[in-house]
Amino acid sequence: MTNPQLYPWIILFAPLVAAGVILFVLSRNNTAAGAVGILTAALTCFLSWKVFLDPSLTVTAQIPWLEVPGVFSVPIGIILDNLSRVMLVVVTTIATLVFIYSAGYMRGDEGIPRYYASLCLFLFSMLGIVLADNFVMMFIFWELVGVSSYLLIGHYFRKDSAADAAKQAFTVNRVGDFGFMLGILMLWLATGSVMFSGIEQNLSAMTLHPGYLTAACLLVFCGTLGKSAQMPLHVWLPNSMEGPTPVSSLLHAATMVAAGVYMLARIFPVLLAAPEVVREVIMWVGAVTCFAAGLMATQQDDIKRILAYSTISQLGYMVVGIAVAPAGDIAMFHLFTHAFFKCMLFLCAGSVIIALHHEQDIWKMGGLLGRMPLTALCVVIGTLALAGTPGFSGYYSKDLIVAYAHGANNTVFWITAGAALLTSFYMFRLFFVVFLGRPRGEHAEHAKQSPAVMTIPLLLLAIPSVAAGYPAIAKHFFDLPHPEMPHIVHYALLAALGCGFFLAAVLYARGPAKDPVRIPLFANRLYIDNFYDWLVAKVQGGLAVLGSWFDRWIIDGLVVTGAARTVWATGYVLRLLQLGNLQAYAFFFGAGVLALLYYLIFR
Amino acid sequence: MNALTLGHYLLVSGLLFSIGLAGVLLRRNLLIIFMGLELMLNAANLSLVAFARHGVTTLGLPDYNAQVLVFFIITVAAAEVAVGLAIIVALYRLRQTTHVEDLDKMKF
Repeated sequence: MTNPQLYPWIILFAPLVAAGVILFVLSRNNTAAGAVGILTAALTCFLSWKVFLDPSLTVTAQIPWLEVPGVFSVPIGIILDNLSRVMLVVVTTIATLVFIYSAGYMRGDEGIPRYYASLCLFLFSMLGIVLADNFVMMFIFWELVGVSSYLLIGHYFRKDSAADAAKQAFTVNRVGDFGFMLGILMLWLATGSVMFSGIEQNLSAMTLHPGYLTAACLLVFCGTLGKSAQMPLHVWLPNSMEGPTPVSSLLHAATMVAAGVYMLARIFPVLLAAPEVVREVIMWVGAVTCFAAGLMATQQDDIKRILAYSTISQLGYMVVGIAVAPAGDIAMFHLFTHAFFKCMLFLCAGSVIIALHHEQDIWKMGGLLGRMPLTALCVVIGTLALAGTPGFSGYYSKDLIVAYAHGANNTVFWITAGAALLTSFYMFRLFFVVFLGRPRGEHAEHAKQSPAVMTIPLLLLAIPSVAAGYPAIAKHFFDLPHPEMPHIVHYALLAALGCGFFLAAVLYARGPAKDPVRIPLFANRLYIDNFYDWLVAKVQGGLAVLGSWFDRWIIDGLVVTGAARTVWATGYVLRLLQLGNLQAYAFFFGAGVLALLYYLIFR
Repeated sequence: MNALTLGHYLLVSGLLFSIGLAGVLLRRNLLIIFMGLELMLNAANLSLVAFARHGVTTLGLPDYNAQVLVFFIITVAAAEVAVGLAIIVALYRLRQTTHVEDLDKMKF
């Protein structure tokens, strides 16, 4: 390849070109569409690693895009720092494996070119977020990942539930994005720049007005609330599991939902300069999310939904990590390790689902350990990593966050430790129910290990799932501090892991036919979804009825039709004067002239 | 016989105008109405000439402006009669009537 300066641009735009080619040229050729998608992802992955391994590379070229001289300037520019390099590698590596896996998972689907085009569009948008050097560009790509997420969740658009889930994901994100946009505008108004570097330089202007800066930061955080599915905007993520499993794996576990955390890490200096209350709010949102989502995960029956709530919970950890740690790297480290093992867990779930002919209820699985040994192995690795077992990647990153939480706030420390217990419990529950015991369904009896195209990405992901957290490897990606860890952090986390495992083993290891524990509060997701249903159906519906009534009767009836009817009635009265009698007209005319004369002379 | 003052002329002019107006308002035949109109026009002419004869200017001469105006009115009236009669004739050909009661097609 020629000029290394061009690599980031190629990485960014190759997926867009691929999406266009697939959509407009190869829309009838399943094999070619898949091949183009996979090759493009592999190319971006290759170039990303080259960029990552060349720390001296910087890109200064910008495409001028929106210019109001002296007021406003938004270029399409590329930022290359440690943060974006790591994120590039994570996104493109996982994307490549998921693209390959999709070739196996989507076999026989009728919309393969559409699927790969949407995936390429997603990759383009995600890389845009990663590489953006200003807020406006990030916001544009932020919305674009929303669009591609909508397209991919709604891939099976003939199913009502999938179409509804896509709509819900888009609408809920819109709520968060509205706040995000307001926050960007506030930061721009105060600092006169939308560039990340410009905002950070002019921060002093804002620290004089702590109230304003607080509001701006919290509004920007709204973007994370929506995109990273934090409470109370988390409801869309479990429903987004209606999409194909590789999509859940790539978008809704590993990369897209992490964009919110990435954005927070990107503006970390701003958050540091902001008043304490901002980080306090972020910390509590993350803590509540990670614990509540853990509770909900313990009582789900759908294998993908368990993983989805687990994702929300882990995103909560990352958000806590942003709030309590002195650098964005701590949260990014968890993002990094989580991306690998959670992606792998989803791909495992996908291969189980395919082997069982699209059965997702874990109570109809069971006994898959002998039938799908490789998948089972990967799930064990993923479970151990997610639960934070020493020696697996999740252990290192989670420990770091919890340790900082311990330093920041004792309550939050216990909440995160409790969430670790829940993590361990629901993940071992999933493993025991799905892989141990006897098959509970006909499909489960005849399940077979999935083909190599699906198994190989799993095994490749298993390697970083184990090793990505080792300090010897992590030091190449992150500049991690080594805080003094109080012993209580270790003990609490190990106790949480052990208790979770023990509880799950007691309850589920013997292979019960149905869940021995029924907690409707958790199974019904703390009734938050029902609350939103009520909110939408009753409150919003009531407002809509009121608005419709107002529009129909006041606007339409009184104002619009009313004006027309007034004119019509006046005309009706006036036309009664038109007698059709010439002499009467002459008489009126004469009388009028007389009256005028009288008025003019004798007034 | 010099008792003919401006008032006499105006009285005659007013009578003529009233007769014309009565014709316009009361008769049903378009032709008669038309004649009434002409009568009103000429009543106006008569008063104009009378004012001209009796309204003497500072030079001791009658005010000829009004008399010139009368000629204009006569000319325009001639043209108007031509147009009006033509319309009436055309109307008669179309409807075989010149009675105004029958001509109420535009009425709602």
